[in-house]
This record gives sequence, C-alpha cells and structure tokens, in this order.
Amino acid sequence: MITLHHYLVVAALLFTIGIVCVISRRNAIGILIGIELILNAANLNLIAFSRYFEVGLEGQVFAIFVIILAACEAAIALAILISLFASFGTIDVDAAQRMKR
Amino acid sequence: MLQAYFPVFLLLLFGVGFAVFTMLLSHFIGKKKPTPVKLSPYECGIKPIGTARIQFFVKFYLIALLFLLFDMETIFILIWAVAFHDKSIQVFALIEMVVFITILLVGYAYVWRKGALKWR
Amino acid sequence: MGNVVFAIIFYALVVMVLVSAVAAAFLRNIVMAAFALFFTLLGMAGFYVLLGADFLAITQVVVYVGGILILLLFGVLLTHRSIETLELETRGTYVLGIFGGLLVYGVLHYFLFSVSWPTPLMKPLEPTTAAIGQLLLSKYLLPFEVSSVTLLIALIGAAYLVRRRDT
Repeated sequence: MITLHHYLVVAALLFTIGIVCVISRRNAIGILIGIELILNAANLNLIAFSRYFEVGLEGQVFAIFVIILAACEAAIALAILISLFASFGTIDVDAAQRMKR
Repeated sequence: MLQAYFPVFLLLLFGVGFAVFTMLLSHFIGKKKPTPVKLSPYECGIKPIGTARIQFFVKFYLIALLFLLFDMETIFILIWAVAFHDKSIQVFALIEMVVFITILLVGYAYVWRKGALKWR
Repeated sequence: MGNVVFAIIFYALVVMVLVSAVAAAFLRNIVMAAFALFFTLLGMAGFYVLLGADFLAITQVVVYVGGILILLLFGVLLTHRSIETLELETRGTYVLGIFGGLLVYGVLHYFLFSVSWPTPLMKPLEPTTAAIGQLLLSKYLLPFEVSSVTLLIALIGAAYLVRRRDT
C-alpha cells in the first residue's frame, strides 16, 4: 500500500540530491540542474498533498504556477549565463567574483 | 482510472522497443569494415573543418526562448478550452483569454522588433 | 492484485527517478548530466500519473522535458569551448556538497518520521483538466493573468540580456 509518507520520503531524497548538486557544482549549468531537481521535489510534495488531503485541486494549481516560474527562472538564468560567458569566457561561478574583467 | 493509461504505456514500450530493436539489429547483422574515411564525420561530402564541438550562435537561444513562451501558452489554452464547456462563464473566459494572449504577444512583438527572427 | 501492480510501478519509478537524479548531480560531463535529468523529469511525470494529476503529467512532459531541458542543452552548447573546460568540480566541492546534503536530509528525516501523517483518504481518481480550468478562471484568475505578465517580463529580460552587443 503506497501512502502519502512514501511520496514524502521520495520528495525529501530528491530535494537532498538537489541540494548536494547545488552546493557541489561549480559549473553554473550544473547548479541550474540542481535547482530543477529541488523544484521537482517541491512539486511532488504539493501534488501528493492535494491527492491525499481534503484540500481539493489547489495543490495542483499551485504546482502549475511553480512550473511556470521554473520556466521563467531557467530562461533568465541561462540568459545571464550566456552574457557571463560573453564577458568572462567561462561559466565557472568561482571565477565570476570580480565586478569586471 | 490508471487502466486508461495502458495504451500510453504500450505506445511508450513500442516506441522505445522499436528504436532499440532496429539499432541492435543493424549492430548484429551489418558488416563492419571501418576505414578512416568512413569514420570521419559527415559534412556533405566536403572535408571536415575543425571539430564538431563548435560554439553555437546566440540566435538559437532566442528561438528556444520563443518556443518556451508558446509552450506555456499551449498549456494555458488547453485548460482554458476544456473549461470553456461551462456556459455560464463563456463570455468572461473569452475576454480573459484575449487579455492573456495579448500580454504574451507583446513579448513576441518585442523580440520581432529587435530583429531576432531574421537570419543575417 | 491491483495494489501489488501499483506498488511495483511506484518502486520502479522511485528507482528511475533517484538513480537518474544522482547521475544528474554527480556526472562531471554536463551534457550527460542534462540527459540524466531527462529521465528524472520523465519519472516525475509518472508519479503525477500515479497521483491522479493527469494534466500535471502532460504539463511536466511538455514544459519541462520539451522546453526547459532543451533550453538547458542550448545553454550548454552556447557556453563552452571544449568539453574538458566544463568539468570544473573537484573532490573538495563534492565532499562539501555531500556534507551539506546530509545536514539537510537529517532535518527532513526528523520531520518525516516524527510527525504522524494522517491516514490517506482514498479520493476517487477523476480527470482534473476541466476542474483546474474552472479554478484558474474563477478563484485563481489574478495569478493566471499575473503569470502571463511574468512570462512576458522573463522573455523580454532574457532577450535583452543575450542581445548582440554591437546593435
């Protein structure tokens, strides 16, 4: 019998993997991948709660807005990375600490 | 209701299975006589220049960005269209959708005006 | 019988999602990591199907797999000179990351197993698309319109950031 608890544990593990990815990556696109993992874990929680609780579909509506914001965030983040690459020649986040080259 | 997904599962299985099957088939049946010329990357018959790992143009990113915008619009139009059956909110829903699409078209017009859709 | 099949599908999805997520987090080649993320996102769509969120599963496939992942791969292609320069991670950063991850998971684990989660209500599974549409056109009308403004701002901002410097 799969219960709410199973989904919560999976989401927690996915969230943790995302955190590890965000901390350990120095490649900025790797950090973005970690953020996507974290957002997916949050979405899994929202939808699991909307399935097993008496809140109706609100959780799913919220998850749609999370997906939209994830798309906006990915678009902006990659645009920033591209202009970072244009001015520094690398996307190593540790190399981009100076204000100008 | 999960039984309703069985055809989707079959389609997935068939699609993946077909690709894997044909690749394995050509791997096991086909004869392999590699020569350096055969192994070189195909570039319309001319000799390859540089590596395949070149840097792409930023223009491709703008096209992908527009694709993402209209992807979002598709999702919203889909739920809107399904909810449109309710007679009591039809006029209201139509106005809302026009407002929604108009806002997104502003972004499209901006990118168009900046000349991002022209290949130079 | 139905429960057993359900559990088998669930655990198959768990293995798929977690293994590919670990691969996405730890593979040093960023292109391989992006392809591992593809399997994670697809597995998440499977979870949404199991949870009866059919519309969310479609959204996940269309927006995440079809849109965001493609954008990520474009980002990879646009920002490298050679594959080798992309492998920036060292053992030190991974040790730091795993330490931080254990810390976070410890807190999550405490809450997961100390709170008594209520027994599940088994609501009947039914199509959700029309109901979500109703909610978006009534109760969540303002967030719906604001999300279009957010998309507009994101598009214009991103297009402005990557504009050609000489024009």
